[in-house]
Amino acid sequence: MVNRQPIIAVIGAGIAGLEAASQLAALGYKPVLIEKAPVVGGHVAEWNRLFPDMTPAEDVLQPLLAGTAKVRTLLNTEISAINRLKDEYNLILSDGSSLLCQAVLFATGFHLFDASKKEEYGYGIYDRVITNRDLEQWFNSRQDARIDKPRAVGFVHCVGSRDLKAGNPQCSKVCCITAIKQAIEMKEEFPDAEIYCFYMDLRLFGKKYEDFYIRAQRDYGIHFIRGRISEVGEAIDNRVVVKAEDTLSGKPVKVTLDLLVLMAGIVCNPDAQQYAREIGVAVDEDGFLKSRNNLAAITDSSRPGVFFAGACTGAKTVPETLAEARSAALAIHNYFNSRG
Amino acid sequence: MDFGFKLSPSSAVNLDTVDHRRFDRLAQLVPDALTCIGCGSCSATCTASAWTGMSVRKVLLGLQRGQDAEVDKMLSGCMLCGKCTMVCPRGINTRQLILTLCRLDKKGEMVR
Ligand SMILES: Cc1cc2nc3c(=O)[nH]c(=O)nc-3n(C[C@H](O)[C@H](O)[C@H](O)COP(=O)(O)OP(=O)(O)OC[C@H]3O[C@@H](n4cnc5c(N)ncnc54)[C@H](O)[C@@H]3O)c2cc1C
Ligand code: SF4
Ligand code: SF4
Ligand code: SF4
Repeated sequence: MVNRQPIIAVIGAGIAGLEAASQLAALGYKPVLIEKAPVVGGHVAEWNRLFPDMTPAEDVLQPLLAGTAKVRTLLNTEISAINRLKDEYNLILSDGSSLLCQAVLFATGFHLFDASKKEEYGYGIYDRVITNRDLEQWFNSRQDARIDKPRAVGFVHCVGSRDLKAGNPQCSKVCCITAIKQAIEMKEEFPDAEIYCFYMDLRLFGKKYEDFYIRAQRDYGIHFIRGRISEVGEAIDNRVVVKAEDTLSGKPVKVTLDLLVLMAGIVCNPDAQQYAREIGVAVDEDGFLKSRNNLAAITDSSRPGVFFAGACTGAKTVPETLAEARSAALAIHNYFNSRG
Repeated sequence: MDFGFKLSPSSAVNLDTVDHRRFDRLAQLVPDALTCIGCGSCSATCTASAWTGMSVRKVLLGLQRGQDAEVDKMLSGCMLCGKCTMVCPRGINTRQLILTLCRLDKKGEMVR
């Protein structure tokens, strides 16, 4: 019989951490969830409905909460220091206590790009410029004075993604489909509004994503304009005037909007980089954690006993994150089995 | 008076004021018109394109950018052979779309 009592520190209780912890517990291990925030669920807990089926985010979270009900979960907890011992890791937690564990799973997720860094878009300067996250929060709370029966709404793709100057050459992968989802939701909410998506490329790689796009075009009449917004200005009535080139016609276009939504991208979480450095785990050029092998061992780090799941290695969708979390649990199980 | 120079009108498109009644009517009659992805297959295969400048892609875009004169000029160069319909990846019945468009005036009224 294998030793199934090892303790596994799971850093981050987003959907990756929750799913992995629930699988590890089911396999007979002792996962400990360490979460910086006062609540679990990570980013998904901030979203309202999820592409591609408009599933309520709640429906994804509920089973994960049920699966981890018996897992020891430390909220409002950060890691002050992490030390590598021979076959073990010692974590000093922010409450002063320490946790000795036999494996570490990074499920530290991503950070949303700070849209105010792209000053030309005016986030934090103009009232009517919001982010994808602000819009999800409005769908949940219905409270945001900036969203007041808009007649024209624009979405800006690739904010802080595919942008070398912003330090993020990578594509965030989920924001094209998120823009289309949110554009459809806004059109449902405000049927008389004209809705524009300003994109550089539309990257709709996933199952059912292209269908979503066709529906946005045909059933909702969303206008797709290929061109990156170059500047945003505020008109006297608080509305915003945006300028771009319509690269398909080769002409400059200008439009006045009541609301501009910036699709802020997925960037790395600096906490993860710091922990990784402390225990000698490799970090990739894009700032995300570096898998041992991007094809065959995405959940393995460069060190035995340290594993990854979810968006800590790069942009991921919910199904990808969940699948990776299960895969990481199995990798950890195999790790302990191989050590006998 | 001749100043020795002239001002060219701005080529910028103001989407606030573009009249898209003709496109909207077309989209009611041929909803697939909305699903164009600007791939250019239609123009690439069109025999008339090289001689007359006809392009279904540019017609659809021009209608949404207030370029009526250009659109009508392009339409007059189409010989309705239907080759473009065979290649459109969105399955748009481009030939029927062209015929429908020829019957609509600038305001989107059915005149023919
Ligand atoms: C605007 C937007 C909308 C999206 N909508 C969808 C959608 O509709 N459908 C879909 O499939 N995907 C969607 N996604 C992607 C989805 O959000 C991710 O797949 C998912 O959040 C990844 O989960 P995760 O657990 O890896 O990371 P996260 O959700 O980022 O969770 C990480 C967790 O770790 C915690 N943490 C971080 N650092 C520390 C630390 N130092 N110590 C302790 N805890 C820490 C965080 O507090 C958080 O709880 C969307 C993404 C964005 C940006
Ligand atoms: S998914 Fe789309 S919006 Fe997001 S970074 Fe990639 S191309 Fe840009
Ligand atoms: S129907 Fe007209 S636009 Fe289409 S290929 Fe023939 S000539 Fe060209
Ligand atoms: S072939 Fe179809 S989708 Fe492509 S540009 Fe022409 S009409 Fe649009």
